[in-house]
Parts: sequence; C-alpha cells; structure tokens
Amino acid sequence: MPATKRGTQINENRRRWLGGAGAAATVLTLAPGVRLLDLALARSEEEPVSERVRWGMLVDSTKCAQGCTDCVDACSDEHGLTGMGRPQTDAQYIRKLDLKDKTTGKAYSLPLMCQHCETPPCVDVCPTGASFRRADGIVLVDKHICIGCRYCMMACPYKARSFVHEDLTSQVPETPRGKGTVESCNFCVHRVDRDREPACVEACAQAGHNALVFGDLNDADGALARKLEELPSRQIREDLGLNTGVRYHGV
Amino acid sequence: MEHDTAMTSVRYQTLDGQSVGYWALLALLALLVAVGYAAAHYMEVQGHHVTGMTNQIVWGTPHVFAVFLIVAASGILNVASLSSVFGKYDYKPLARLSALLSMSLLVGGLIVLVLDLGRPDRLIVAMTYYNFKSIFAWNIFLYIGFLLVVAVYLWMMFEPRMNRYSKPAGFTAFIWRFVLTTGTGSIFGFLVARQAYDAAIMAPLFIIMSLSFGTAIFLLVLLASFDWSGRPVGDDILRRLKNLLGIFVAAVLYMTMVYHLTNLYATEHHAVERFLLVDGGVYTLVFWLLQILAGGVVPLVLLFAPQFGQSRASLVTAAVLVIVGGLAQIYVIIIGAQAFPLMMFPGMEVSSTFYDGVVNEYAPSVPEILLGLGGIALSLLVAVVAMRVLPFLPERAGKPTPVSAAEPTPAEAAG
Repeated sequence: MPATKRGTQINENRRRWLGGAGAAATVLTLAPGVRLLDLALARSEEEPVSERVRWGMLVDSTKCAQGCTDCVDACSDEHGLTGMGRPQTDAQYIRKLDLKDKTTGKAYSLPLMCQHCETPPCVDVCPTGASFRRADGIVLVDKHICIGCRYCMMACPYKARSFVHEDLTSQVPETPRGKGTVESCNFCVHRVDRDREPACVEACAQAGHNALVFGDLNDADGALARKLEELPSRQIREDLGLNTGVRYHGV
Repeated sequence: MEHDTAMTSVRYQTLDGQSVGYWALLALLALLVAVGYAAAHYMEVQGHHVTGMTNQIVWGTPHVFAVFLIVAASGILNVASLSSVFGKYDYKPLARLSALLSMSLLVGGLIVLVLDLGRPDRLIVAMTYYNFKSIFAWNIFLYIGFLLVVAVYLWMMFEPRMNRYSKPAGFTAFIWRFVLTTGTGSIFGFLVARQAYDAAIMAPLFIIMSLSFGTAIFLLVLLASFDWSGRPVGDDILRRLKNLLGIFVAAVLYMTMVYHLTNLYATEHHAVERFLLVDGGVYTLVFWLLQILAGGVVPLVLLFAPQFGQSRASLVTAAVLVIVGGLAQIYVIIIGAQAFPLMMFPGMEVSSTFYDGVVNEYAPSVPEILLGLGGIALSLLVAVVAMRVLPFLPERAGKPTPVSAAEPTPAEAAG
C-alpha cells in the first residue's frame, strides 16, 4: 500500500510535466501497431508506477576502464553534488572501486552505487518510512520525512548512502536534497520517468565503454534481460539474499 | 513477606534543598545541560561536518552516551523490581529512587539521541510516521511506554490507596524493561550488513549490560544523595548491592566472551575479530584496557577481594570503573564496529574515493562530547529536582546495625 500511495504522489508531482507526453502517448497508442513508447510511459499519468517493471542495471566490469570516472562525474553534474572539499563527509551516490585479487593479483574496476535491492535493509530499518522502494524497484528517500537518524546507513551493506553534513547551495530541481537528511543513487528517477537512461549509463556510453546497461529486468526481450542471459553475472553480497537490481559481470 | 514491618514503617522525605551544596549541584548540572544544548544547536546549525561523524562512521559519540543512558535506565529499575517482583523487601525503601532514576536516565538518553538527529526539528514526524518493520519505530513505543509504565508504577508506590497495585505495576515495568532492552540490543543485533553485528546475542548482552551499568549508577546516586542529605545507609543494603554488581559485572564479561567466541568460530568473522581484539588500534586498547580490565576485572577484585570487600571507597571506585568500562564497551560496539570496513568483496583488496577497504577514522569532537555529558547532567538534574519536590528518598536505607552478610539469592541475580 505505501508504495502505491507514494507512487501516486510522485505521479501527481510530475503531472504537469507529463501532461504533454501523456496526451501524445494516448493519441499514439490509439493507432494499432504503433508502440513508440515502452512500458515506463505506457501507463497513464493517473496510474502509479507498476510492478510489471523492475528497473535494474548490469555493470560489465570487463569494459569498465580503470581510472575513468565519467559515470561519477556525470552523476555529480546531474544531481548537483559539488562537494565541499571534505571527502569524508561529501556525498557520493556512485563511486569507482579498484579491486585486486589477493591471490592472482588480477585487477578489476567497477562503479558501486545503491543496488536497488528487492528487499532493501535500509527500507526495513527506516523508522518513519522515508526510505522506500517504489513499485518499479527504485529505492528512494522521501526527504520530507527523513529525520536524519542514519539507521539506513548503518544497515546498508554497500555503504551506498550519504548524509548531508552542511547547508547546500548547489541544488538542482530534479534532485531535492536537504541538510540533515540521507540520500543515495535514485537511478536518476526523474530521467527514468521521462524514458531516459540514468546519467551514469549515458556518460559511460558516450565515453565508448558501454560498461553499464540499464533496463527492465522483467522485460525478457529488453536489452538488460538479453545481456544478463548472454553474460554470467552476480550480485554483491549475494549471501544476504537481497536480490539486488544491480548485477555485476566479470568480477 | 519478610521484613514486612520494615516495609510499612518506611518514611520518605523530600530533600531539604536549602543548602549551598544543593544549589551548587543544581547550578553545575544546569550549566552542563545548557552547554550540551548549545553544542547540539551548534551542530545543527553548522551541519554535522563539525562533528566527528562522516559518511563512514555515521553514529558517533552522542550515540555512545545515549545508548549508555538508555541501557542503564532499564537496568537501574532492577532495584525496584527486586522488591516488587522478587519480594526482596530490603530493597523496598529504594524502589522510588530506582524508578525515578530509570525515568530520568531514559529522558537524558533520548534527548541526546534526538538532538543528534540530522533533523531534530522533525521529532513530530518520528512520532507520526511509522514503519513497523523498523526496530527504531518499535523503540519509540517502547521508550514512551516505559516512561508511562514507570510513572504509573511510581504513582502506585506514592499513593497509599494504590499501594496494593504496586506489585502488578512493578511486574509490568519489569517485563517492559526486558522488552525495551531487547529492542535496544536488537538495533545492532539485526543489522546484517556489518561484520561485528548481525548477532542475536546482542539482545541478552545489552540486558546484562543494563543491569551492570544501572546497578553501578544506582550505587553512586544512592551514596551521594544519602550522604549529602545526612541519611544513613546501612552496610547490609550496600553489601547486597555490591554482590549484585559483582555478579552483573561477571555476567557482562561472560556474555562478551561468548559473543567473541561465537564470532571466532565463524571463519568469515575472523578479520573483524582480529581487528577488535588484536590490531584495531584505539578500539583494541579501549576494549582490553577500559572495557575488560578497568570495567570488568578491576571492579571484580575491588568488590570481592577480602582486603577491599568492606570498604565504601572501593565500592565507589568499582562503580565508577563499571561506568567507565560501560561507556568504553558501547564505544567499541558502536564505533569500533563501524570503523571496520564493509566486506563486499572477500579475497580482494579494495580501494576507492569513498574509503572502501580501509579502517575508517573517527575522533570524538568537543561538541559531541559536550552533548553527551549534557545528557548525563540532564538525567541527574531531573532526579535532583524531583527529589526536592517529591519524597523519593527514605529516611534511611538498610538496617541501622550491621547484620550478617546477606548474599544475593539466585532470584536477585536473575532480576
């Protein structure tokens, strides 16, 4: 219930923007055989996000270039994460990890962000319900009811969350942030709802690496599901059984 | 109904509250509270970057003080439970003080917790939006419920017409505090992400810690309030409390040992155990020197070695050391556990700009310490004012003449 209710609220907030697109979609879908828009926009603007979609991502570590931070930079630009020059308290929604196998010495590079778990520990522990999972699998923080207790940060096995340690001056409209609240990667939900890919995925493709594939895990014919069929992949901390939305190949 | 006559003849009086010492104590505590509040205000206005906390160590020194006070609040009610639940009526005259301190310590701890929130101004949100899968949400009910239950319990004890209900009220409070401390321990016990948590033993460990810390604080407050107001404290009651404290200190050591042995049995936890017990730097030192030695072994010697056993000075020293050791224990549990890196890629060396794969640094900042001390001061201030307003303190504690050594029975130890 809460997810549906929230989904409706979010939908209402986007109503004005989606108005034009929604009307166009209605007209277009009237024509038989014409399906220009995928599932994300197939729903009407009155309809909450649906469980039919589960957004997810595959990180192909074999294509992720060591030292490249295009995804991180794009994320910072997209969400207005300018940083205060204090690395221990500055927010990072996505970060690059350098791994080295202690036995073989083989090096790996990969980005790590919120894994958008199906059963997220952060949502379990949040006392107010500010941490929530949208029906389409995106894990978000409702900044209006986050009290800044940081229990979600204690609970996250990926250290994917940041706490806003100071007043902010560089906010962007699509990513409302607030001093004293917790935040994390939201899969660029504002883009996804407009049928665009997250900023990190776009940046990785622009750099020619194509290490990040975003899509609907439930869509068997979609690019993500096809890629997951093609490449062996794993979840980080698979032992916890969280069924993460982000999967990794090549590590 | 042993000592039934003693129970009915107890006379309670308010503190005189006229002395310079009383006002000086009030002023000192009020000053500490004001400084603590100012520190919290500073942290809220500036943002938490002025504290020791980071995105890696998200719960810092205020949580250590808050959890200590909340845990001790539950345990300090044990003295009242001993008379109401276990029929040890020698403790009956102290039940009011025990209940008062349980409420005041809980209030002090909760205030620190709330003031360290990122958005303390949203307390009303925490009271109106609930996710019932969250232990924090349960705890909000458990803490508020505890205050109500103990308030009713106190009313039953104060009001002669309601005295007959004090036993069921005390029993309710007794059950409630076990549930409450189970909830506090489970905040950590249910966290699957971190190597040092995710252990069901956290709940019983916290319960036994609560009894130890609570008894130590009770002893100090008892001696201070009685001595300073000219009330005699009998050796018999001190001996009982001393033995109780000793049993609880030993039990905390035992539970701590079981916690680490359990972790050591699982190979996947060897790294975090090595960190905490061997090469964790300040956390290893705090663990062995403050928690185990100063907070466990030395108090046991002071409490039970014949050459120290009868002296009040050694009893006071032991109680102070138990409190220091308790704060150290919670420091290691909360901050030491966060300092150890998350294990996401076993067998790999990990590095990043977000401090992955490295031991996280944390240094308590002055505002955090002042906030924590302010919480302790608030707890004591509430108690000192309440003792002045209502007759919490009996005219005497224990028997006027020393009696033969009264060893605590198993029921007392269990309480």
